Amino acid sequence: MSASLIEHADRLAARYDVVVVGAGPAGLTAATQVAAEGLSVLVLDENLAPGGQIYRAITLRAQTGRDYLGAAYWDGKRIADAFLASSLTYAPAARVWSLDPASPRDDEPYARIGVSLGGASRHVQARRVILATGALERPTPVPGWALPGVMTAGAAQIALKSAGLVPSGRVVLAGCGPLLYQLAMQLQGAGADIVALLDTGPGMGSAWQHLPQFLFSPYVIKGLSLLMSVRRRLRVVSGVRHLAIEGEAKARQVRFETERGTETLTADLVLLHQGIIPDTALANSAGCALEWNESIRAFQPKVDVQGCSSLAGIFVAGDGARIVGALAAAETGRAVALAVLAQLRAERAEQFEQQRVDVLKRSAWLQRGRRFIDAAYLPTQPFLAPEDSSTLICRCEEVTAGTVREAAKRGACGPNQLKTFTRCGMGPCQGRLCGPTVVELLADEGRISPAQVGTYRLRAPIKPLRLAEIAGLPATSAAIHAVTGVWPLTPKTHPAQIDRELSNDR
Amino acid sequence: MFRKVTPGDKALSFHFEGGVCSAEPGDTVALALLVAGIDSCRDSVVSGQPRGPYCLMGACFECLVVIDGVQNLQGCQVQVREGMVVTRQRGGRHALGDTLS
Ligand code: FES
Repeated sequence: MSASLIEHADRLAARYDVVVVGAGPAGLTAATQVAAEGLSVLVLDENLAPGGQIYRAITLRAQTGRDYLGAAYWDGKRIADAFLASSLTYAPAARVWSLDPASPRDDEPYARIGVSLGGASRHVQARRVILATGALERPTPVPGWALPGVMTAGAAQIALKSAGLVPSGRVVLAGCGPLLYQLAMQLQGAGADIVALLDTGPGMGSAWQHLPQFLFSPYVIKGLSLLMSVRRRLRVVSGVRHLAIEGEAKARQVRFETERGTETLTADLVLLHQGIIPDTALANSAGCALEWNESIRAFQPKVDVQGCSSLAGIFVAGDGARIVGALAAAETGRAVALAVLAQLRAERAEQFEQQRVDVLKRSAWLQRGRRFIDAAYLPTQPFLAPEDSSTLICRCEEVTAGTVREAAKRGACGPNQLKTFTRCGMGPCQGRLCGPTVVELLADEGRISPAQVGTYRLRAPIKPLRLAEIAGLPATSAAIHAVTGVWPLTPKTHPAQIDRELSNDR
Repeated sequence: MFRKVTPGDKALSFHFEGGVCSAEPGDTVALALLVAGIDSCRDSVVSGQPRGPYCLMGACFECLVVIDGVQNLQGCQVQVREGMVVTRQRGGRHALGDTLS
């Protein structure tokens, strides 16, 4: 058996038992686990091949000659191969643009998902939805971050993994988080010229209290040896403040301050990173409740012990639920799949529950020491809520920190009202790159917690969608009636069916 | 700005702003432009500042370009093809600007 690949919306079935959104470690293990029990599974993913960002292109390129990616990368091969050997439907290059929970009025509740695939859109229905949408890099709003020649650390990693590309000029890495150090090793191994790694992190000071846990973490040896080898091979500058990128039409140099004064480095490419946070866009737009996680300073979907969101039938797994790292994410994917199976194959619920307990134990073991990593790499306040008023916050609509702070003073009480004041968050990225900063700025101005500020309320479509695609959606009987005044003469005109379609159209 | 660690043996060519660039099959438009030394692919909507790919994972919309007459496409999400005609996305999407053929 193997996964059946589909490339066009026409080939989607109307209904599936389970739809998984995302094909990173959590989505892959979740889909594999559910498919193994014979349920119909559809996996929708934006990438061209399985692996998510962490195992990107793992099945596409040869393993040989790519040692620079490190052993941890190749962990993903097994998971991706098992997935491709499962009997399920897999739609790569698919963009999910809406998710509506099942209406409680339906006797057989189905959630509804809007997806664009191969240039056309369709709605599919699912008895259960597993969101495995992964993580995003937290924005790094510093002066000059919108210049060409400035990218995220994750972007450089994607270029390396998916296309075997390495930066050709002088590279400066700046920010904080384990990924920055991992990238430094990978790029150097692949032959990049790294001028320096500028560490803006808080240092270990606040993390010591979590150290005992960390000493038992599976990452302790790997993590420490990574830090040491980067420091041995590259120039690492700690305690970096006031980072700015300078240049006219592109990045030319990086200016920064430390205790020893100001320094400038020439650079052709600047790679920024301030850690990763859950990508909550789809959960948010569906109406799932979000909660503030102070230890990573980010919103994440609220989930119960089963991994179910605040909306029945919609589950969340992996880094999209809470940042746990790739290995633990794969385990949470399995755990959520088992919770779903316990509901859909109720006669064997006990057996799935037993399996789930074991998986959760493994997952907890893999997460030991996470608190230490979170605390040691939490961005410092000036990188969360920039003080310099000219710093761009919303790259799409070009709104600065000064404008956001000014709007807060004039009474914009939350991120959603701020949109009407400033257009901040109303461009095509729909707040993915300004949302976290806006929350921090409003919290800073109002002297309140980000939990009280809340975040943007997103609405479908969460990805830009061409009007032609919306117009091309198969019309429901209710829609045909609304336009023509006549009910189409199909078996679908049963009143109960119309009622369901009407509720779906809301 | 980027180069191949190990150059592949297959190549295709595409156009950017009238010039001819070469790329490897399988690469995205955004990556192909970066390899060709083009780091800016659009002008921002409000002030017309040059912008280029930032995240390469579909989140930031900084990689917008016009591909074969279709505006506002994310270069990092589209694979480059032989003969593709790519131009800068200048500001926002222009009404009636798509030249779908
Ligand atoms: S580079 Fe960010 S969306 Fe393409």
